[in-house]
Amino acid sequence: MNTPTHTFVPIPARPAPNRTEGPVAWLRHNLFGDVKTSLATVIIGGLLLWYLPGLLNWALFSASWRPNFDACRADGVGACWGVVAAKYRLILLGRYPFDEQWRPVLATALMVGLLVASCMRMFWHRWLAVLWVVVLVTVFTLMYGGKLGLSVVETDRWGGLPLTIMLSSLSIVMAFPIALLVALGKRSRMPAIRSFCVIYIELIRGVPLISVLFMASFMFPLFMPQGVSIDVLIRVLAGITLFAAAYMAEVIRGGLQAIPKGQIEAAATLGLSYWQTQRKIVLPQALAMVVPGIMNNFISIFKDTSLVTIVSLYELTGAMGLALNSDADWRPFKVEAYLFIALIYFSFCFAMSRYSLWVEKQVNKSKLR
Amino acid sequence: MSEPIITFEKVNKWYGNSFHVLRDIDLSVAKGERIVVCGPSGSGKSTLIRCINRLEEHQQGTLRVNGIELNDDIKAIDQVRKEVGMVFQQFNLFPHLTVLENLTLSPMWVGKMPKKEAEERAMAQLKRVRIAEQAGKYPLQLSGGQQQRVAIARALCLTPKIMLFDEPTSALDPEMIKEVLDVMIELANQGITMICVTHEMGFAKAVADRVIFMDQGQIVEQNTPHEFFNNPQNERSRDFLSKILGH
Repeated sequence: MNTPTHTFVPIPARPAPNRTEGPVAWLRHNLFGDVKTSLATVIIGGLLLWYLPGLLNWALFSASWRPNFDACRADGVGACWGVVAAKYRLILLGRYPFDEQWRPVLATALMVGLLVASCMRMFWHRWLAVLWVVVLVTVFTLMYGGKLGLSVVETDRWGGLPLTIMLSSLSIVMAFPIALLVALGKRSRMPAIRSFCVIYIELIRGVPLISVLFMASFMFPLFMPQGVSIDVLIRVLAGITLFAAAYMAEVIRGGLQAIPKGQIEAAATLGLSYWQTQRKIVLPQALAMVVPGIMNNFISIFKDTSLVTIVSLYELTGAMGLALNSDADWRPFKVEAYLFIALIYFSFCFAMSRYSLWVEKQVNKSKLR
Repeated sequence: MSEPIITFEKVNKWYGNSFHVLRDIDLSVAKGERIVVCGPSGSGKSTLIRCINRLEEHQQGTLRVNGIELNDDIKAIDQVRKEVGMVFQQFNLFPHLTVLENLTLSPMWVGKMPKKEAEERAMAQLKRVRIAEQAGKYPLQLSGGQQQRVAIARALCLTPKIMLFDEPTSALDPEMIKEVLDVMIELANQGITMICVTHEMGFAKAVADRVIFMDQGQIVEQNTPHEFFNNPQNERSRDFLSKILGH
């Protein structure tokens, strides 16, 4: 080979010519990029200017904050937040006996604490499972009573936010493992298991949640032997769980399908068994891919619990209706009460969606180059 | 040559009802033998080696690996897989695990080895393929050549008697092929039984004891590399060689 006559001289990196950072660049890039963008910015800005003053005036400046419905009826008064001040206990806790309401408050605080802890990496130890059992037993004892000198409160009097949180968190926690098994089962090589999973998913997806709840609440007891009765709360919980699991199973199956065959073959050549392959190779990757979809399911379960009102369980939405419908004085201010519970729903859902973003970041660490 | 470690006797395989992918395969591989399998695409060479660890099942004939006959017996399959390592064209590393975790997975979960011991063994294999400094990275952070070397190390962690390579360099950039081939040549010189589907004729000339040429599901010709490249016996192999060596 000849000696090369040229040496390779790399050109040093230079900064980009235009300013691409800072507020001016941000504005130009995001709001006034071209004619169409600028036009949209102006129109939307104009609409905001048009409506915001009126909205702020209604919601804040001329709103009435006192729990006094006469003050709310006066001319020129905007939103009547007094309805929240007057009815918050009924809205938040439903028909639970008034003097015993510290019990659901404490139970809910424990439950939320447990849920938040379960979401944090530093608590992911084996004893978290023990903690779950302890907290659930404590919550149930607090709510139901009958022990430690607490009076018995039947489940049909439980209500409000505690019921919403209990129903949604328990059905999420139970639906997830069921969904995993059903998703794996639907891809099983064994026809019996596969057909069972297909029938389950298709049956559940073929009916609305309301009819599942009706069946759990009214039809199911008809098929039970004489003298055997399962509490309506448990039946409804099972209904929501089975309903949610069917949808979640299909989301998870989507993730399973995205795993290349080579991954499973590599695991097979390394001698891993079916369950080891699923647990160590397939599920970690499949679930990471469907975090947004699963969180979608979680959020919709949380909001779907509002349907249990139709079987006379008064969770947050039902309790709000109960609180206002029974009181002719406050009934006109339902909009404000709705906005109040909307804010509660929103904060929970928003927290879940932010958490989902964090989880996505965690599970995608291996994809960063 | 010593006693055979792999024997194919009249092995036949079909995909579906009509695609006869392996036809009357008779092949015997001696312990420590290094074999290169080549042939046009669709000739059944990948299927042939994938039958050895039962990623594919054959429908007729007998196939014995390390004294164990491969059939529907799952225990037999597990035993064979313990002795057979495999390297794929697409690497098939587990992207959610670090390089080290990729290597320790099987020793820890299948071999029930303590973590520390598994990691020591993994590091030794990573040194062997000269990539120990990347142990903490994730596979997608490595180049293709590095990933394939990790895949080789992962297969070696099982201390297999037989190594199968399924076109290990076909998905690599030209500049990276050499680093992988170097590792494979080293391995070949250490006495492990190797069956390698590849079109790297330089590799075949350097290390193979025997070259097998396949076409349309049949073994057309098998010979020493010297004879195969210089004096192919079959007109089909002559034609194939003229196409891949001609340019």
